[in-house]
Amino acid sequence: MPEALDRAGLTLEAVSIHVDGAPLLDIDCHIPPGNILTIMGESGSGKSSLLDFIAGFLKPALHAEGRIFLNGKNLTDLPAQERHIGLMFQSPLLFPHMSVMQNLMFAIPARVRGRQHRKEIARQALEDVGLNGFGDRDPATLSGGQQTRVALMRTLLAQPMALLLDEPFSSLDQARRAEVRELVFCQARKNDLPVLLVTHDEEDALAAGGLVHFLDNHKNNNGCSKVQQPQISIAKR
Amino acid sequence: MNRLLAAGTGIFAMLLATFSVNAQGQDWQTILDDAKGETVYFHAWGGEPRINAYIQWAAREVERDYGVRVVHVKISDTASVVSQVLAEKSVGKATGGAVDLIWINGENFASMKTNGLLAAPGWAQTLPNWQYVDVENKPTVVVDFTVPTDGQESPWGMAKLVFMYDSARLDTPPSTLRELMDFARDNPGRFSYPQPPNFYGTTFLKQALVNTVPDKTVLSEPVDDAGFDEIVAPLFAYLDELHPHLWRKGRAFPKNAADMRQLLADGELDIAFSFNPGDASGAIANGELPDSVRTFVFDGGTIGNTHFVAIPFNSSNQAGAKVYANFLLSPMAQTRKQEPEIWGDPTVLNVDALPANERSLFTSQDLGPAILAPEDLGPVLPEPHPSWVSALEEAWTERYGSGSE
Amino acid sequence: MPKSTGRPDIATVLVTILLAGPVLAGLAGTILPAFGYLPVLGYRTFSIEPFRALFNMPGIQISILLSFGTGLVASILSLAIVLLFTAGWSGTRTFVRLTRFLSPLLSVPHAAAAIGLAFLIAPSGFLVRLLSPWATGWTRPPDLLILNDQAGIAMTLGLVAKEVPFLFLMTLAALNRPHIRDFYKSGASLGYGRMSTFIKVILPQIYPLIRLPMLAVIAYATSVVDVAHLLGPTTPPPLAPRLIGWMNDPDLSKRLMASAGALLQLFVSGVSLIVYLLLERGVTLWLKSRFESGHRRRQDAAARQAGLWAMSIVVALMTVSIVLLVVWTTAKSWWFPDVLPQRWSLARMMDSFGTGGPALLATLLLAISAAGIATALTLWVLEGRGFRKKPRHGWLNTYIFLPLLLPQISFLFGLQTLFLGADLSGTMEAVLLAHLIFVFPYAFLALSDPWNRLDPQYAKAAASIGASRARIFWQVQLPLLLRPVLVTFAVAAAVSVGQYLPTLMIGAGRVVTVTTESVALASGGNRQVAALYALLQLVIPLSGFVLAALLPSLVFRNRAAMRLER
Repeated sequence: MPEALDRAGLTLEAVSIHVDGAPLLDIDCHIPPGNILTIMGESGSGKSSLLDFIAGFLKPALHAEGRIFLNGKNLTDLPAQERHIGLMFQSPLLFPHMSVMQNLMFAIPARVRGRQHRKEIARQALEDVGLNGFGDRDPATLSGGQQTRVALMRTLLAQPMALLLDEPFSSLDQARRAEVRELVFCQARKNDLPVLLVTHDEEDALAAGGLVHFLDNHKNNNGCSKVQQPQISIAKR
Repeated sequence: MNRLLAAGTGIFAMLLATFSVNAQGQDWQTILDDAKGETVYFHAWGGEPRINAYIQWAAREVERDYGVRVVHVKISDTASVVSQVLAEKSVGKATGGAVDLIWINGENFASMKTNGLLAAPGWAQTLPNWQYVDVENKPTVVVDFTVPTDGQESPWGMAKLVFMYDSARLDTPPSTLRELMDFARDNPGRFSYPQPPNFYGTTFLKQALVNTVPDKTVLSEPVDDAGFDEIVAPLFAYLDELHPHLWRKGRAFPKNAADMRQLLADGELDIAFSFNPGDASGAIANGELPDSVRTFVFDGGTIGNTHFVAIPFNSSNQAGAKVYANFLLSPMAQTRKQEPEIWGDPTVLNVDALPANERSLFTSQDLGPAILAPEDLGPVLPEPHPSWVSALEEAWTERYGSGSE
Repeated sequence: MPKSTGRPDIATVLVTILLAGPVLAGLAGTILPAFGYLPVLGYRTFSIEPFRALFNMPGIQISILLSFGTGLVASILSLAIVLLFTAGWSGTRTFVRLTRFLSPLLSVPHAAAAIGLAFLIAPSGFLVRLLSPWATGWTRPPDLLILNDQAGIAMTLGLVAKEVPFLFLMTLAALNRPHIRDFYKSGASLGYGRMSTFIKVILPQIYPLIRLPMLAVIAYATSVVDVAHLLGPTTPPPLAPRLIGWMNDPDLSKRLMASAGALLQLFVSGVSLIVYLLLERGVTLWLKSRFESGHRRRQDAAARQAGLWAMSIVVALMTVSIVLLVVWTTAKSWWFPDVLPQRWSLARMMDSFGTGGPALLATLLLAISAAGIATALTLWVLEGRGFRKKPRHGWLNTYIFLPLLLPQISFLFGLQTLFLGADLSGTMEAVLLAHLIFVFPYAFLALSDPWNRLDPQYAKAAASIGASRARIFWQVQLPLLLRPVLVTFAVAAAVSVGQYLPTLMIGAGRVVTVTTESVALASGGNRQVAALYALLQLVIPLSGFVLAALLPSLVFRNRAAMRLER
């Protein structure tokens, strides 16, 4: 097998994850830049473990096989911090000891020099998501939707090459939800990033507009995924 | 007139003595009766398992014979007991003190005596076994570091400074202070002494002082601040010369005699010392020192003293304490104590004056390979007045213990 | 801290009186003699003569510097090792493995650790023996100043070996909170190295929980007596062992100077705390300025290795020291350069078990009572606070931790007088009370965070189905917190077992524990017995920790959510 692939986007090649020797899931797929792949499944179906594996955080108790390529580069054995994969969680996880501005500046790569310049980038990012003037605020004083928007910009400011979304909208109320979701997808497309979205909300999947895959939670179902797509096969055994 | 008065006083004194002997017999029975059922807390240094075992044995004996329970409170520093009694006095606790009996001598005794922390004088002489104590040949049983005991403490054992060396490593041990210096120079790092104010360290200083001072009589008097520097000048000249050749070059010292003995066993030191002439034999028997260790003393003798037991002023179990003190003086307890494997501590009794049976207990003893025969043990040099102790310690600390050299 | 409004609850007031009362009274009992007032010795006028005498003691400046330097350096070094290791390895298998070693090491008393360490690193110790004479050519121990060195390096090492497990356990507890893993992921997904993420993201969040234990460590390390005595310099010694010497001097008038010394000790420890807080402030400001820089330090392998090595060395030193203690207990003769004893003997051990029995029993009784009462009181205070939803009483919190932040010797002598005056001295109850003063703050420290982090929804859910407050406590809150409660109990028991001076001084020698016995025996040179008692000292806390680890697993063997996350 090649050490590098000659194609842009995020590729999961024959990935399978095991718990104590028992298989949890298999997946083999490719997400082109600007595209969103939605993975749906009940709790315990291994969604989070898959994201952990891609981002480089697999728990010691789990064991995974297969390889991950991002824009042709094999990431499988790289430490998490060198994968350039942005991650958004169920909760925004803004760092509580930093201001909103510091949270954003924390994400801007160090090669971007000059404090004022960095500050300006962060300010611009806030403006992009309609949070003008929120820079000096304590993140804890922001609403859930505002926090998620800051978290999104923090993720993007680190200049990732792919985006993993772990139910990032689940903590938002219905009204905010669509708005924030649209913002996230829009930013992802604008940056031409391959996106992997994990959710159990069908509206999220619909809004994403890309391919949808279901992780099956029936432990005895052996080998077959419910939907087959040309470049993707997912199975939950 | 004067003569008449003197004669009258003499007769009176004789009468009093006769009376008190009679009274003593009755009194002792009263004490035995009082003592029954009492629990005596005996505060004694607990760093030596052999001694602890001996104290346990004596406790079992008096419990069986007299119904007195003795609890050995193991302490690491006798002075802390002095502090305890002082603290009790400071809050006006005149009875029911925590300490009933204390193993003591020298400076600690002097301190308790002057601060009124001891039970009334004279009790020691009323103990039935006092009659065997060798007051004549062992003057230190009634004069503790030049301070008269006044019967406020009862003698327990004799101590004499002796040196130990490993004959496997050292052929001829030094026999004078000068030779000790030569030894230290030829064998750098193989001699040291515990750091004053440790008792043993201070004793080494006193020994060196006795060996260097021109006129020994000044030592039996309290320290005279004006003349002090001059008197100790030869001592410190000696130490100044010795210290660069000491173990760790004099930057650290053994903590105490037992630590020094351990260092001898480990081969870090070639010479150690002890206040107990039987220590080496006992340690050999217990596997704490190699079989090749032997004992030596300086020509001209070494410092010796007596260790005692005393009763604090506020003990509520004084009768029981006296019964235990009396037992510790008994020929049986004293022979057992002298046994090297038990403890090896020399007796305070006059063995020759004992009844034949008791005497044979002592004469049939085998004192082990490392003990010196009495004739080789040399003369006993008296302890200086207790005030020399702190004066020497302070002067030493200033020179060698303050990091200022 | 928030100002108190309204009346504090009974539990808090009671505990405060129990703790702060004796401490402040004890402090007063030190201050009076320090200014020349000690009627029992005939000193009835106030003067500053004791201080003059104190500052005239030869080498006093060096003693002060030693206390300050060794204590502060050892504390900061310990924290650095713990943080470096946690930063580099938290969440890995290596971390889990070393954690298993470190927790039991917390139960090793300071004195036992110091004795073991001395066996290990002395010129006639185990390490030199391992290499002699084949590699070093030494047929006799070299004359090297390793223990009791004048700069206090051995003492610092001894303190580090003992404080690392404590600070590590506190850090581990602080890390045990929601979202910590996600914050790690968050940092890494933004491209930050493991250590950078820890220092910039995790540490600022958990540090407030480590700070108080750290201050307690500094207060302890700058006034430590036993470790200083065993490993510290003697020409001159640090301040604390020196003033214990004066306090115990047969010349009773030295007590005035010793009291002045105790106040000086208080000052030295206080200054150390202030210096640390200033350093902390500096580091915090510097770190804050780095938040915005974007430096990610992805290549942190060297720093991670350093953290692992430092921690492994501490664990190895401690473990080997304990093993050496075990070997010594059965060694009759063990002379240089033999790696193993020449002659073995179990006789001494059997002897000591016989004579040590009552002491062990008393120790056990004290440890269980003190730990039980302290844990129960802590729960009472915490439950009361949670229920009333009142603001926390900031100043009361300070008093609770007073015994941790004041050097023991600064108020212990006054405390002794207080107990004597109340005619309580020399009884088991009095010693128990004295232990509680020192045990409770640790219990509170160990339990308040887990309690505060317990999701209040559980209690609400129970209340909503009609459970009484008592039932909520016994059937919901307590079982949910079983593990931290047991760990608290174990920590408290360990603290109780470690008390030497309070047991000796309040117990007046009538209450004998394995700790007082082992110090008395250590004053002799018999290593076999010293080792044996050092081990006995270790047995009780160790079994406490084992129990705290095993019991919840047993009780909750079928409850997945109650298992510890690895």
